[in-house]
Amino acid sequence: MNSTQLFIDASYFAAAFLFIYGLKRMSSPVTARSGIVVAGVGMLVATLASFLYVFGVDPAAQAHLTTNVALAATALVVGTGWAWWSGKRVAMTAMPQMVALYNGMGGGAAAAIAAVELLRVNAAHETVPLVVTIIGALIGAISLAGSLIAWAKLDGRINGTWRMRGQQLFNGTVFLATLVLGLYIVFAMHGHAPPAIIAAFFVGAFIFGVLMTMPIGGADMPVVISLYNAFTGLAVGFEGYVLQNPALMIAGMVVGSAGTLLTLLMAKAMNRSVANVIFSNFGVAGEEQQGEIKGSQKAAEAGDAAINMRYASKVIIAPGYGLAVAQAQHKLYEFVKLLTDAGVEVKFAIHPVAGRMPGHMNVLLAEAGVPYDMIYDLEDINGEFKEADVAVVIGANDTVNPAARTNKSSPIYGMPILNVDQARQVYVIKRGQGKGYSGVENELFFADNTNLVYGDAQKVMVAMIQAVKSLDGGGH
Amino acid sequence: MDLTTTITGFVALYIFMLAAFTGYEIIGRVPAILHTPLMSGSNFVHGIVVVGAMYALLNATSTAEQVIGFIGVLLGSGNAAGGYVVTERMLEMFKPSDKNKTEKKA
Repeated sequence: MNSTQLFIDASYFAAAFLFIYGLKRMSSPVTARSGIVVAGVGMLVATLASFLYVFGVDPAAQAHLTTNVALAATALVVGTGWAWWSGKRVAMTAMPQMVALYNGMGGGAAAAIAAVELLRVNAAHETVPLVVTIIGALIGAISLAGSLIAWAKLDGRINGTWRMRGQQLFNGTVFLATLVLGLYIVFAMHGHAPPAIIAAFFVGAFIFGVLMTMPIGGADMPVVISLYNAFTGLAVGFEGYVLQNPALMIAGMVVGSAGTLLTLLMAKAMNRSVANVIFSNFGVAGEEQQGEIKGSQKAAEAGDAAINMRYASKVIIAPGYGLAVAQAQHKLYEFVKLLTDAGVEVKFAIHPVAGRMPGHMNVLLAEAGVPYDMIYDLEDINGEFKEADVAVVIGANDTVNPAARTNKSSPIYGMPILNVDQARQVYVIKRGQGKGYSGVENELFFADNTNLVYGDAQKVMVAMIQAVKSLDGGGH
Repeated sequence: MDLTTTITGFVALYIFMLAAFTGYEIIGRVPAILHTPLMSGSNFVHGIVVVGAMYALLNATSTAEQVIGFIGVLLGSGNAAGGYVVTERMLEMFKPSDKNKTEKKA
């Protein structure tokens, strides 16, 4: 039995090492692919080793061993199978909500471990592990509920935001009530609470997770998903302590801190604090506060815009999520190649929160085959718009809204934006006259140097490609 | 279950502290272009929770524990497998661009 335990411990040590080493390799584009494979091997080793628990189960559980092993194998096969299948077929555009969903599942698993621990009737519960169990349970359940809401919102299953008067007070009450239940389980019942109380505690935490996430707008979801990612990490780390499992402790805490840092970086990119994202009613007040916008929207034909770009010397493209929704990134790159072949300098400008997650747009452009050296971050490219003949905005809105620089009453004021309005000519490719994800009207569309090309991004790109081709093909 | 190692108060705190700094250092140097795969990758790593859920389920003594343990393993394995597939798919697309670079220079 001791040699079995030794083998399990050694496997977990190997897993912890492979996770950290894998994550480290993931931090550079060159080695990233091998990094996830390394971490994957760690996961495989740890999961297989955990079947060796059968040799050392609780005497009380011995009678149920066959059933339990069958249940474990079934759950593993079904869970892995479903996730593998769904992960393989999810579109790159839907990646953020998928990550949210998988993350929620992790939080749920951590909460489940805590629940089993609390239900263990004949266990001698000590106070410290018990407190850690409860904290992990709380965070895990909130992460599960919040991630599910984030998934549903990004997936378009829940539309808009849901608010009510005195909501923060109500949320606070629910949270406090849950906390009191938790304290009751630990200090009054010493971990031997009736199942109804334990259930009430979990339901409270779950409801709080829902309430906390419902008022947050879609544009802020990436920050929220990242936050819940960190939450799940912490919950896993805490439950790892309860189970005396260092692999869970290390992996959980590494993700907890990495996720926290990533959350802060994302919030910073939006020029907001994490607290502001979670507690402010972003986007509601916007409508009353907006000033009158002068000027009118001027339409342009796709072909004219394309020819204008063909004779420009420098073009900067600011893509947004709308590009990916229209599945136009491949056509866009085809068009860009025509321009570069004709000697036009073309660069892509990526806003930190373009897409639905930081770095999401890079994934989508990489999918279309756009090489790295054409893609620039906001800080690196913003000074160049002044020299650009043409700036093209495709499916982006809030990230190019000059109101963020100029209009103090705008809800997006202070957010760093791409300075596309400084280019000599701006083309905005857009489906219709709608507003951005934040619900804020965009002054850029009314500016003198802006023309709007209406239509589905993919169709517009096809028309642009044809325009340039017929021009160059017909000889000049 | 006979545990050969016990991680008590301060040892646990040391582990947590060092792991937290490790996570911070790893992410701090990551370029923005990799943020999405990295979030997904770290999401995969906490899928290790499945191991804890396995332990809980294998030691279950009542139906309630079995049901919850089953759900735990189900969710945990989904977290791990889904996180892996999605991250691998994204990172696979990030190919080094030297081919394009030479094309451009030529």
